[in-house]
Amino acid sequence: MNLLAINLPLVVLLPFIGAIFAAWSARLNRLAAAWVSGLIALSALGLLTPTLIQVFAGQTIIQSWAWIPTIGLHFSFRLDGLALLFALLILVIGILVIFYARYYLATKDCMGRFFAYLLMFMGSMLGIVLSENLIQLVVFWELTSITSFLLISYWQHRKEARQGARMALAITGAGGLALLGGVLLLGEVVGSYQLTDILASGDLVRNSPLYLPILGLILLGVFTKSAQFPFHFWLPHAMAAPTPVSAYLHSATMVKAGIFLLARFFPILSATPEWSWLVGGAGMITLIIGAYMAFFKHDLKGLLAYSTISHLGLITLLFGFGTQMATVAAIFHIINHATFKASLFMVAGIIDHETGSRDMRKLNGLIKYMPHTAFLAIIASAAMAGVPLLNGFLSKEMFFEQAITASQTAHSAWMIPILVTIGGVLSVAYSIRFIHDVFFNGEPINLPKTPHEPPRFMKIPVDFLVIICLTVGIFPNYTIAPLLEIAVIGTLQTTPPNYSLDIWHGFTPALFMSFIALTGGITFYFMRQRLFNFYEKFFRKIDARQYFNQLLAGLFSLANKVTNFFDKGSLQNASAWVLFSAIIFTAYGFSLHNSPLFGERPMLPIDVISLMLAVGLMLTSIVLIFIHRQRLLTLIVIGMIGLVLSLAFVKFSAPDLALTQLSIEVVTIILLLLALYFLPQVTPKEIGKMRLWRDGVLAVLSGIGITLYTLAVLTRDYQTIADYFLANSLVGGGGSNVVNVILVDFRGFDTLGEITVLALAGLGVFAMLQNMKLPAPKNDIEGRLWSNDPHPLIMRTFTRLLLPLMLMVAIFIFFRGHNLPGGGFIAGLIASVALIVQYLSNGIQLTSEHFKVNMNWVIGLGLLIAVATGLAAMGMGFPFLTSAFTHLNWPIIGEFEIASAIAFDLGVFLVVVGATVMSLVQLGRLSFASHHPKAKEQN
Amino acid sequence: MELLVALSIGFLTASGVFLTLRARTFPVVLGLTLLAYAVNLFLFAMGRLTIGLPTIIDSAQGQYADPLPQALVLTAIVIAFGMTAFLIVLALKARAELGNDHVDGINLAQDEASLEHTLPPQKPNKQVGKTR
Amino acid sequence: MTSLTFLPLVVPLLIGISILLIQSLGLKRQRLISFLGAVTLVWVSINSLLVSLEGEPQVFILGNWVAPYGIVLVLDQFSAMMVLITSLLAIGAIWYAIAQQIDGKGAHFHTLFHIQLFGLNGAFLTGDVFNLFVFFEVLLLASYGLILHGGGRLRTKAGLHYVVINLIGSTLFLFAVGALYGILGTLNIADMAVKIAELPAEDYGIVTAAGLLLLLVFGLKAAMFPLYLWLPQAYANASAPVAALFAIMTKVGLYAIIRVHGTLFGSTAGDLAYFYMPWLLALGLITLLLAALGVLAAKGLREQIAYLVLTSVATLLIGIGLNTPAALSGSLYYLIHSTLIAAGFFLLADMITRGRGVYGDQFESGNPIYKGILLGSFFIFAAIAMTGLPPLSGFFGKLLILSAALEHDWFAIILITILISGLFIIIAVARSGSILFYQTQINQKPEITPFNKYAFFAVILLLATSPILVILANPITAFTESTALQLLDKIQYIDSVLNALPIERPQP
Repeated sequence: MNLLAINLPLVVLLPFIGAIFAAWSARLNRLAAAWVSGLIALSALGLLTPTLIQVFAGQTIIQSWAWIPTIGLHFSFRLDGLALLFALLILVIGILVIFYARYYLATKDCMGRFFAYLLMFMGSMLGIVLSENLIQLVVFWELTSITSFLLISYWQHRKEARQGARMALAITGAGGLALLGGVLLLGEVVGSYQLTDILASGDLVRNSPLYLPILGLILLGVFTKSAQFPFHFWLPHAMAAPTPVSAYLHSATMVKAGIFLLARFFPILSATPEWSWLVGGAGMITLIIGAYMAFFKHDLKGLLAYSTISHLGLITLLFGFGTQMATVAAIFHIINHATFKASLFMVAGIIDHETGSRDMRKLNGLIKYMPHTAFLAIIASAAMAGVPLLNGFLSKEMFFEQAITASQTAHSAWMIPILVTIGGVLSVAYSIRFIHDVFFNGEPINLPKTPHEPPRFMKIPVDFLVIICLTVGIFPNYTIAPLLEIAVIGTLQTTPPNYSLDIWHGFTPALFMSFIALTGGITFYFMRQRLFNFYEKFFRKIDARQYFNQLLAGLFSLANKVTNFFDKGSLQNASAWVLFSAIIFTAYGFSLHNSPLFGERPMLPIDVISLMLAVGLMLTSIVLIFIHRQRLLTLIVIGMIGLVLSLAFVKFSAPDLALTQLSIEVVTIILLLLALYFLPQVTPKEIGKMRLWRDGVLAVLSGIGITLYTLAVLTRDYQTIADYFLANSLVGGGGSNVVNVILVDFRGFDTLGEITVLALAGLGVFAMLQNMKLPAPKNDIEGRLWSNDPHPLIMRTFTRLLLPLMLMVAIFIFFRGHNLPGGGFIAGLIASVALIVQYLSNGIQLTSEHFKVNMNWVIGLGLLIAVATGLAAMGMGFPFLTSAFTHLNWPIIGEFEIASAIAFDLGVFLVVVGATVMSLVQLGRLSFASHHPKAKEQN
Repeated sequence: MELLVALSIGFLTASGVFLTLRARTFPVVLGLTLLAYAVNLFLFAMGRLTIGLPTIIDSAQGQYADPLPQALVLTAIVIAFGMTAFLIVLALKARAELGNDHVDGINLAQDEASLEHTLPPQKPNKQVGKTR
Repeated sequence: MTSLTFLPLVVPLLIGISILLIQSLGLKRQRLISFLGAVTLVWVSINSLLVSLEGEPQVFILGNWVAPYGIVLVLDQFSAMMVLITSLLAIGAIWYAIAQQIDGKGAHFHTLFHIQLFGLNGAFLTGDVFNLFVFFEVLLLASYGLILHGGGRLRTKAGLHYVVINLIGSTLFLFAVGALYGILGTLNIADMAVKIAELPAEDYGIVTAAGLLLLLVFGLKAAMFPLYLWLPQAYANASAPVAALFAIMTKVGLYAIIRVHGTLFGSTAGDLAYFYMPWLLALGLITLLLAALGVLAAKGLREQIAYLVLTSVATLLIGIGLNTPAALSGSLYYLIHSTLIAAGFFLLADMITRGRGVYGDQFESGNPIYKGILLGSFFIFAAIAMTGLPPLSGFFGKLLILSAALEHDWFAIILITILISGLFIIIAVARSGSILFYQTQINQKPEITPFNKYAFFAVILLLATSPILVILANPITAFTESTALQLLDKIQYIDSVLNALPIERPQP
């Protein structure tokens, strides 16, 4: 595969792969990481160079692969002039920063982490500028936010580093999300996320109703990333990062990502009043505020940070003008600012490194100690101030020109030149301060270290950048012109206007403005003392971080309030929500269609007994509510209700149900009794009256609701699949008790699941009661002592006689189940009751001695038998659980069909016995343990 | 007759709901049991009410009740039993772990005026550990 | 009809039973069988997925009784996908439980675990509403046992709440099923859909009510507002492997909504078609906001992850509620992502918690963590994936859903909600990460809790799915799309269920 066809993705991905190597190599030797990173960056640059020719020839290179084609996401890259310019900035300055950092980082700093993060960041930046697909661009955009978070918080033990990092992440992350929104809308309007298509459809976008939201969202992304007002405040706090990071992220690259986006979208979003107002306005304010704040910062990096903000504002403002010439100036200034600002940050780093302080009130007269550094600093800051023969001057000139032309566009715009001149004055002032305060102005004041020149190599990157400042400043046409040219073409997507990079344009108003800026700046600086006092008085207190932190604190407390309002950690609250919404959902659902409440189906006549029983049931259930605090009483009443229920089943021709209900009732009551023994005998009064009322209302509503709902169904006719069962029970299922046949055959799978549930219950109970210590109360609520006597003799003998009898009954019920009411469940329950009675009457110990079976094992066996029956059918080529009767028609079929169903039912039987006895015996054992401490007494 | 059944279901549900919303584990268990009764009856009634038509195939008997809901209720009853067994033991475990039988256990609601005598005895029995 | 449809059910059940029967042979052998069982399950699930890709839903007629009379299992791409996800989770969770020796901290861990899998797969495969109820009970009771595994005050309390709430849910489930049977006279999902299609108007009320009640029941499992209150504490206090497995529990609810409501009230349902969708969308949006606030409010890492799970559920509710093929496909993609990553995150959280010793997972400045850089890097990784930041799968999942929402009337509000909540989550997680890993007391020595690298494999296994989902986004989204289309093709589902033929049985 031709390398040139895939070099763009490689350029982007290489740093990410390199990051792993860097981290890994650091284990070998701390400098290895630096070398690896340097090589990676160089080879990325190398991968880019072969394609330069085409780009300078005016081509746009696009390399694209399908990723998620359905939503128009492609893994695709684009290299045009603009992309190339930024890619070069990122790589070249990146290499210099790596070189610089290798000397900057202290021995205790972990090199591997640093360079890994740095490379990941480099890759993300390259991804942004080289993306052809906007979604992919957003991906890399967010990646820069994440990696910069890691880089800013590199010195993690410092509070300000952590805070600065989180602030930066919050702001830029938010911007990234907004950008995503904007991009989605943009893609919706254009019908593609590919830049080629989007850049081609400017009018479409500008005329679409979604234009404003798109612009707004995208600008949110831009302003947050490029620290434009009112989002500028995160940048100074990001200065907690190691200086190489500040030099790289916060001057040359990341903060330029927003600017890059402005340039990218210039052809489609610009040339509307909204654009001019938003972009221009933000730019202008940022320019002034940044310049003003910069002058008063005593921290070197603080000054540089705000001056960066101000210069970014300047560039934004130029884009805001929206003219082609302004764009040229903007692009040009991007290059220049990157060069001189990066070098200034490095200088600041050197000073910090060699003096141990960045406070300009202490740093004075350093020129004696580090002349070389001073020389570099002077040139760089002169460029920043816009002194002639330096690159800063040229773009500044263009900027002033554009300000003047812009002032003629609208009559309200007359003040633009004045404002920008003020900006110029301020920037000159802080540039002078950076030089005069640090390198002249008396002697250093008790610095931690005695200052001296840094190691030779630490200055090389600065030398390099400063030389660029000079050469570009003096011979612009022979140095920067071609790159600028293609960058402008890439931005405007058309032939550029003709502009001149000459140093001398004659006595233009722009020159006059520069002159004012210079002189004004000098005077401003020399009256600084009064200004400082003024500033201390009024502006000192303004700290964006405070407001931001307050905002965050507010957010967190809001979150706490809301969350705690719903999630009180109270079960009653949660249950109430569920029941409440159940009522609402059902009622709403019913009322959704105005269908009649009741149907025409005739009702059965009422007979006296049923009436009495029903009324009794209702009364008892009301009584329950009032006596529920007497727990034993409640339990008995509920037992009665259960009995009434089984009577109802008998009445309505459901013998199986009646039997099951009855036996289950017995077991349940015994279980609850055993449990109640460990629990308080009465429920204490609840104080919350409101809650009682709420629950009462919920209860009444749900009662009424379900009554009506039941009637609504019962008064309607329905077509059921039941006839099929009645028809096939005998012929297909081989049993005349249809319910039982349904259970073990038609819907045997339900039964399998159901016995699994029962088994789980047993196992769960076992697991819960394992080594659980629960001291039983000595006496019941009236203070009577619990009886400690051994179990009465008569009862013991009697129950022992009873055992075989009950087991007989169980077996009988079991076998007849398939044809008459009965079956595995009921049999199992009866057998369990039989066994439990033994335990109750003879005491746990004795019985378990007589009856040594591990109930876990019984349960397992039961399940196994049930499953095996099903699998046997599969073995014979039939689906799971096909009853044997259906496929063995031998003369003596009878036995065989019984065999299969019985086998399954046997499984059921065993599980029921196992689970039931398990739960009860475990409980019994617990009671025994806690109640009969002196176990030996039992015979 | 349908009316009676519907009303019974309604009343069972009402008291079930009320008890389920109580603050102590035991009433909650009973409440859920009542709800189980209610829903079983409901499920059963969904096969419409028939008198004297048991679903035992019998040539003498012309028509039958709908057997399917009966089977479903049977399943439901057994499942409900399993759940009850599990829950009541969980209630005991909660009491053992949390020292009281309030559903919210450790962060007791304000209605804990008469908690004292619901607490386990102060000096737990020494032999408890050994006898198990 | 292939028995592959059935294997995902019978394998875990048999494994569970056999572990129960060989208890006496000791924990080592149980572990062996348990793990091998999980591996087998993965293999089986992969095969079922391949089978499902053949197009037509595969129908397995249990007991050879045809639908709608008997119970049938239906294996289509969706159910196969869920089964596979579950088995992957299981591998990770079991491996971790064994490596960290959590399984020994109580009885029957492995049995409960595999029967839980049985319940889950049953819920995914069954084509019968009442059978779905039964399997819900199976997986719930197993989960009750598991959530209490290991004991402890907080865990017991959370378990109690979880159990009671779900018991109420089961009761409501029965009410709904009963009402539906009372009108439609059938239990098979496909058959119900047919009956609803020809439902007389006077019965709309009852069926709609039952439908919404059923939505509430499934919403309770899925932790939809206002029914999510059980989730945070339950997930935060369960033991790590259980919490990891529970990542699928919420998805069961979502699955049931897509399957049952999607079929009953799908395109064939006439006037009742998709009446529940606005509910999903609205409740999803509310849930998302509350969950995001919960993420901010969380006091400990595991609670925070629990709320993150909630956000993913909410996002899925929104995706489903959008009710377009594209949105459904996006939701499926996001479902795969959120389940596996949440599970991995819970395991990672457990390792971090152990690493912090006395400070546990609380958000307070603690001692530096042993192997802090490794754990920290994985935390960042998991956090990026979970919060839906690029370049990991969470972002692409949200992206798919968002871009599907572009045509929707509520687009503005959906976009704003998702973006705002996204921002909240980022802020919150950045804070927790910086507290847990950066804001350490430097003078302190790191905790000397040995770093269990075998356990860490499980974390890697689960988290590794995120980059895979991104790199293979193209084929995977292709799969989710065809799955979505198959899901929306009700006719195909109904026909293949109701026309499935039994194996000819000789008449006696």
